[in-house]
Amino acid sequence: MITLEKRPQPSRLWTAVTPLIAVALTMVMGGLLFAFLGADPFEAIRTIFWDPIFNPQFAGFTRPQLLVKAGPLILIAIGLSIGFRAGIWNIGAEGQYIMGAICGAGAGLALYPSESPLIFPMMIIAGGLGGWAWAMIPAVLKTRFGTNEILVSLMLVYVAENILASVASGLLRNPEGMGFPGSRNFKQWDAAHNAEIITGTGMHWGVVFAFIAVIAAYVLMARHIQGFNIRLTGEAPRAARFSGVNPTRIVILCLGISGALAGFAGLFEVTGPAGQISIDFNSGYGFTAIIVAFLGRLNPVGILLAGLLMALTYIGGELAQLMLGVPGASIQLFQGMLLFFLLATDVFTNYRLRFGRAEVA
Amino acid sequence: MADTLLSIRGLTKAYPGVVANDDVSFDIRKGEIHALLGENGAGKSTLVKMIYGLVAPDKGRMELDGAGFAPAKPSEARRSGVAMVFQHFSLFDALDVAENVALGMENPPKPRDLARQIREVSETYGLPLDPGRTVGTLSAGERQRVEIIRCLLQDPRLLIMDEPTSVLTPQEVEILFETLRKLKAEGTSILYISHKLEEIRALCDHATILRLGKKVATCTPSEVSARELAEMMVGASFATPEAREHARGETLLRVESLSLPAPGAFGTPLREIALTVHAGEVLGIGGVAGNGQDELLAALSGERISAPGTVALKGVDVSRQGPEARRDAGLLSGPEERLGHAAAPDMSLIENGILTAARREGLVKSGFINWGRSRQFAEDVIAHFDVRTPGPGTAARALSGGNLQKFVVGREILQKPDVLVLNQPTWGVDAAAAAAIRQAVLDLAADGAAIVVISQDLDELMEISDRFAALNEGRLSPSRPVAELDIEKIGLMMGGAHDMEVAHVDA
Repeated sequence: MITLEKRPQPSRLWTAVTPLIAVALTMVMGGLLFAFLGADPFEAIRTIFWDPIFNPQFAGFTRPQLLVKAGPLILIAIGLSIGFRAGIWNIGAEGQYIMGAICGAGAGLALYPSESPLIFPMMIIAGGLGGWAWAMIPAVLKTRFGTNEILVSLMLVYVAENILASVASGLLRNPEGMGFPGSRNFKQWDAAHNAEIITGTGMHWGVVFAFIAVIAAYVLMARHIQGFNIRLTGEAPRAARFSGVNPTRIVILCLGISGALAGFAGLFEVTGPAGQISIDFNSGYGFTAIIVAFLGRLNPVGILLAGLLMALTYIGGELAQLMLGVPGASIQLFQGMLLFFLLATDVFTNYRLRFGRAEVA
Repeated sequence: MADTLLSIRGLTKAYPGVVANDDVSFDIRKGEIHALLGENGAGKSTLVKMIYGLVAPDKGRMELDGAGFAPAKPSEARRSGVAMVFQHFSLFDALDVAENVALGMENPPKPRDLARQIREVSETYGLPLDPGRTVGTLSAGERQRVEIIRCLLQDPRLLIMDEPTSVLTPQEVEILFETLRKLKAEGTSILYISHKLEEIRALCDHATILRLGKKVATCTPSEVSARELAEMMVGASFATPEAREHARGETLLRVESLSLPAPGAFGTPLREIALTVHAGEVLGIGGVAGNGQDELLAALSGERISAPGTVALKGVDVSRQGPEARRDAGLLSGPEERLGHAAAPDMSLIENGILTAARREGLVKSGFINWGRSRQFAEDVIAHFDVRTPGPGTAARALSGGNLQKFVVGREILQKPDVLVLNQPTWGVDAAAAAAIRQAVLDLAADGAAIVVISQDLDELMEISDRFAALNEGRLSPSRPVAELDIEKIGLMMGGAHDMEVAHVDA
């Protein structure tokens, strides 16, 4: 009989290799899935993981997309990971992302058509504040009334989506858009356009922010006492209180950081790759970032790599849809599998398998 | 032997990484009280779990009355006449005594018959208990009686009792011993697990001593001294803690009319607590578990803040300050629960050092952790207090209970507190480590610190305290010098008999 036995302390080796094993298992199961769908599994895997970067035919177009997609994922996931370390489960980053985009875009559009160089920084701040404020709703409800932040933040995503639909066809609608829903296009307004910093790389300000966030989060969690307190709260809440950590402050801090970073991501997306506030400009980054955070082991550097990997599956998935005709849902299934296998293999960081005879216990 | 009830031969049980029982053999005779003695982790629990059918042995066999005995589950053991009273009760607060007893029986009789049986048994064995009372209203001692009566109703041939006196006042212990002696006179065998040596010497006919899973000896406890028993248990001689001569100084900690509501449904409210501790003095606070020990520690450490003017440190009111501010002012504390409260299980010892020493030891500078100094501090604690661990990077949960306890107590002592509050500082710690911790506490007091030790181990309190007070239902009795107390008077103080003596308050 096989039994699971608790390790005396978490295995460092397994912490590092479980994401790789999860990726490998996902490739195998994904390959099987594609085979059932009638596609050549090896070709499908190659299309998803290899072609976007190395195919001579379309890598020129898809390679910059890697940073474009990875930027918001990493930025949001870094914020989420800080909360997750403290045991604060913000599931509503998608909502904070949307509200950041609306607030930032709205603040900019209010001053249209000014060409002041201060417009874009002001929009960034407004975007961060929008996401922060949206995250403060579950934070305050949790600290005041003990509500569950998972439910509140998740439900606020749907509220945000409805607000988005409303402003896209109302408040922020392009007055020159002949009545179509959607705001002015930021790509045609230089002062507010989040353009590529280096042409052809996909590198925009959101990616820069994401890299800064990675470094800042690393310093916070590894060196700063506040990061220590966050980890302590997640590991042993009672010990944290004994140490003198104020749990309310940790909740406010963690939800605030993750909300603000999601808000930034939304603003950079709407002024850059998306170009305008439209009913469906959000593409689920807020939810995918949860997978990125866990795939990256809630570790900033891990999240950087996981964000790039996840971006790859997005681009490769689109490519596979185009080239092999596999359905779009199978790509989402593929991403879901990644999280599933990660959580499954994660057991081995704290437990080891033992083959032995049955025990009556 | 014809008069052997249970014969244990070569029982071995290994868990991954540790052999809990290694070739243990001994006999329990009919109508004897047999002590099973050993330190925490010596394998006592595993052994009784095998007898009670909770764990299957890897090797070895047992014979009950000459017939093979290998219970696969507790119900089989009960059918064979083995009953067990656990250290932690499994009772439902909302049900009454009879209902609780019925829940533990295979074929409970009709409620009215059961109530009558309970009354009979309780009268026969001198265990006063009303079957109609709700368990939630019973004291720990009364709850234990429910468990015992539940066992006795099954007419056991062997009754296993796991640390039965840890929740009792000395008077309740006497009542329990009377019951056990009566049972013994009727021919029931009792396997009595404990590490309290004096009790065993007073009560038991034979004692089997376990050390690191192996049987060390079976002896007649009344013929050997408590000291010899302890050394057999530990396997080495160790020094008894000694206090250095020193003078008592000014008042460092003063608590006045400290009242706090109960935290949650199972807590105890604190009621008008008053105490003073001087420099160089150890105040021992005794009491049966669950009478407000955790709550008192939380109120002193700053985890819970109280009304202004209730807690004063060196004359300064700290009632409204949290743990960090109190630590800055020199008040340190060590909670009872090691894993999860005093230490974070999955964090390293270095990180667990930062947990309380961040500011006092300068491990954090303008918000940034100095990992080098933090490692040094953890290494200092490990070296000073002989913590057995592969290194400071080890996770707290990987340490044995005693070693982790030495670390968390050492962590506070090494910070040279002015006032130190400890709850159960040697709970679950082996005798040698306990002696080391007590010695460290006494040395700290000799260096001029004021110390409060909350403990359920009266021997410990007698050994290290200058004054003694008892906690009972969240009330603290006036303190009295230990020199003028004996176990009888302490029992009265613990039972809440505050006014049976004229209070001798000396501060």
